[in-house]
Amino acid sequence: MRDWRYHVGENRDTLLAFAVFLIMFGIYTGNHPAGFTANVVTTAANKGVILALVAMAQTAVVLTAGIDLSVGMIFLLANCLASWIVVGSPGMTALGLLGVLLVGLLCGAINGLVVIFGRLQPIVTTIATGAVYFGLALFLRPVPGGDVNSELADSLTGQLPGGIPASLVVLFLIILTIWLPFRRSEIGRAVYAVGSSEAAAYMSGVPVRKAKFVAYCLSGLFAAMGGLFLTFFTYSGEASAANGGAYTLYSIAAVVLGGISLFGGKGSVIGAVFGALMFRTIGDLLFVFDLEPLWQPLFQGVVLLLAVSLGSLRLFQIRNRLDLFG
Amino acid sequence: MAFFQMEGVSKRYGGVSALQNASLSVEMGRIHAILGENGAGKSTLIKVMSGVVTPDEGRMIMEGREVQFASPAAANRAGIACIFQELSLLPDLSVADNISISNPPKHFGLIDRKAQRRIAEEALARAGGPDIHPLTLVKDLPLSRRQIVEIAKALARKPRILILDEATSALAAADVEKVYTVLKRLRSERLALLYISHRMQEIAELADDCTVFRNGRNIATYRAGTKSDNEVVELMIGREYSHVFPPKPDVGRQETPILLEASGLSWTSRIKDISFRVRAGEVVGLGGLDGQGQRELLLALFGVLRGLSGEIRIEGKPVSVASPHRAKASDLGMALIPEDRKTEGLMLPMSVRDNLSFAALGRLSHFGVIDRDVENTAVADMIRLLAIRADGTDIPVGSLSGGNQQKVLIAKWLMITPRIILLNDPTRGIDVGTKQEFYKLLRQLADAGRAIIFYSTDYAELIGCCDRVLVLYGGAIKRELVGKEITERALVSSALNIGRQAEEAGEKSVAAR
Repeated sequence: MRDWRYHVGENRDTLLAFAVFLIMFGIYTGNHPAGFTANVVTTAANKGVILALVAMAQTAVVLTAGIDLSVGMIFLLANCLASWIVVGSPGMTALGLLGVLLVGLLCGAINGLVVIFGRLQPIVTTIATGAVYFGLALFLRPVPGGDVNSELADSLTGQLPGGIPASLVVLFLIILTIWLPFRRSEIGRAVYAVGSSEAAAYMSGVPVRKAKFVAYCLSGLFAAMGGLFLTFFTYSGEASAANGGAYTLYSIAAVVLGGISLFGGKGSVIGAVFGALMFRTIGDLLFVFDLEPLWQPLFQGVVLLLAVSLGSLRLFQIRNRLDLFG
Repeated sequence: MAFFQMEGVSKRYGGVSALQNASLSVEMGRIHAILGENGAGKSTLIKVMSGVVTPDEGRMIMEGREVQFASPAAANRAGIACIFQELSLLPDLSVADNISISNPPKHFGLIDRKAQRRIAEEALARAGGPDIHPLTLVKDLPLSRRQIVEIAKALARKPRILILDEATSALAAADVEKVYTVLKRLRSERLALLYISHRMQEIAELADDCTVFRNGRNIATYRAGTKSDNEVVELMIGREYSHVFPPKPDVGRQETPILLEASGLSWTSRIKDISFRVRAGEVVGLGGLDGQGQRELLLALFGVLRGLSGEIRIEGKPVSVASPHRAKASDLGMALIPEDRKTEGLMLPMSVRDNLSFAALGRLSHFGVIDRDVENTAVADMIRLLAIRADGTDIPVGSLSGGNQQKVLIAKWLMITPRIILLNDPTRGIDVGTKQEFYKLLRQLADAGRAIIFYSTDYAELIGCCDRVLVLYGGAIKRELVGKEITERALVSSALNIGRQAEEAGEKSVAAR
């Protein structure tokens, strides 16, 4: 059986992202003053998981050959909302969690409906809806503040017995219970089909609209999960436009680093997770090598540029120059 | 009662009738070939059958019951699967994923990958591609293998009618044989096969019944083998002419210099060793069936294709055309009027003036600044010359009628006063009046000493406008027709690559009458 070769080939970019991340993380912990300890890993994991969830949100839309510039704002809205309602008794907290996730899902659903029925480009739609979501977040938290169920927050951002970061386990469970079944469902297949070639998908009788709608809903849901984790991490809500914009851009960077094609149809949220962890580690590396923190954006930019350039190598193979624009 | 029947089906696009009162009946266990020249209505017919377009009139009856298909999926459910000319595969998905894309096997609501794999292996074996691994990504397969996957995909839907539209056009000879075997086996399994092909040998080899379409109507249905190639061509021609062409000048222009000369042009598998010359004042047509390399040839001359081999000479000097920008430079002086004015020709939201000036901006500027006075004069000249009807030059070109848009597109290139004009099916979708003006202009340009290469899918235009016609088939020039030789019969039979015998035989039979 030569099957494994095809499976490796299909996941090559994800595996590559994983390998690069491992190397970078090895260098990071190897040079960290405290070394490879549970605390170092947990702090890195918590920061990484927040971006990983936003990057997963971005992935869902990018797979349909779209782009979602509102993920950072849905993420903030979830954060601000959680700082109001994920409090109190266990029952209240659970209801609050559900409420935040539903709002995320709703935001994603609105994006999807506008894109599908308004026939607007995803980039314009999500800039507009992103502004609306940010406005709502600002309305909820005009000034930073609020609270969150601290027992829940501490347990989800802490360590499990054996020093395993709880946030990583939660991320793993999310992938296991949401992504993997989605990937193997008919609608998940349809999402890849739409991103690969919308016309061919339509001609093959694939439910194109439904696939897009589900992708945007999934995006909203993942972004809201990211917002919840931010709340657990900071114990408060803050409607910071700069933060929302940064997360949106970083999510795109993570998607590209994770081997997901911006043309759609190729990649996996697992790649995005490693892309996000990698992107975070770039920043951390500067810290352990005592470089000026001011250099961080420059350094991240250069790494990103290199990663994107790799993806455009295929353009050298094109024989008909008109295809360059297609 | 036939297994599937179509009665009185009509379909109009805008003012143009693609199908008029067409009928067809398809039997189980037979291969039914559909013949007709470009624009005879074959593609519309199968689009109607496979649920891609809904007909304006008429009905379809399957097993005695009337059916209507709102979408390709609905036609699939009824048991009609279609293999289109443009492949409908998803490049980033695996072969197995593609084969069961529209109806994957499921296990507790999730796709059952083992079952899917089994279906794929079975379908691939039936389609003559047992060596294709189901986990390969489609984009990693060569074109001819993709065609096999496409057939497998259609078979996996367990169709009772299988429509093949030019299914073998992308295949290598060895693969064509395999496809024949597969189709014959499917016939013995009582499938009804509808087969559209331009290759007469294929039809002779495969078909049981044949139906000829012309002008959107079914002209004749006959049992395969009961008509000679010549009689078939006879049925296919006889288009109704509604255009008026300006008179052609008499031959005797051998004196004029050769402007453009191409020798041994080749590019991938789409252009094969093409050589020709065009003299100043000549209109040279490109004929043949749609998609035989005509478009690529024009792109090659205009510097769009990478990796072109062969030589292009202009006024005897070898030139290398690296880009359209180079092609339009004044020492080469080439212009290409593209086929799709909406994507390759015009910037629809921009004004008439801006669109007219684009190609010639270099000539209208001093030190990089556009000279408004020079521009206005040039634009006004063009609008007068081509009689473009527009409310001023500042309105967006997208608001003009199709015919006037096409005039703007032509005028845009005339602004650079080209010496060599390449035209890629320029009259598609424009009204008869504008067409006539266009034919007149074409002849005027030629008389002014320009060399013109004119690709048209409308044979009537080639006959009416061209001094010579090069007929392409499979990327190579199969025949050159000069002056009086350019007849519809000659164009059709050389386009089908069935050689001169049929044509000569036809002439004899005409003479005998």
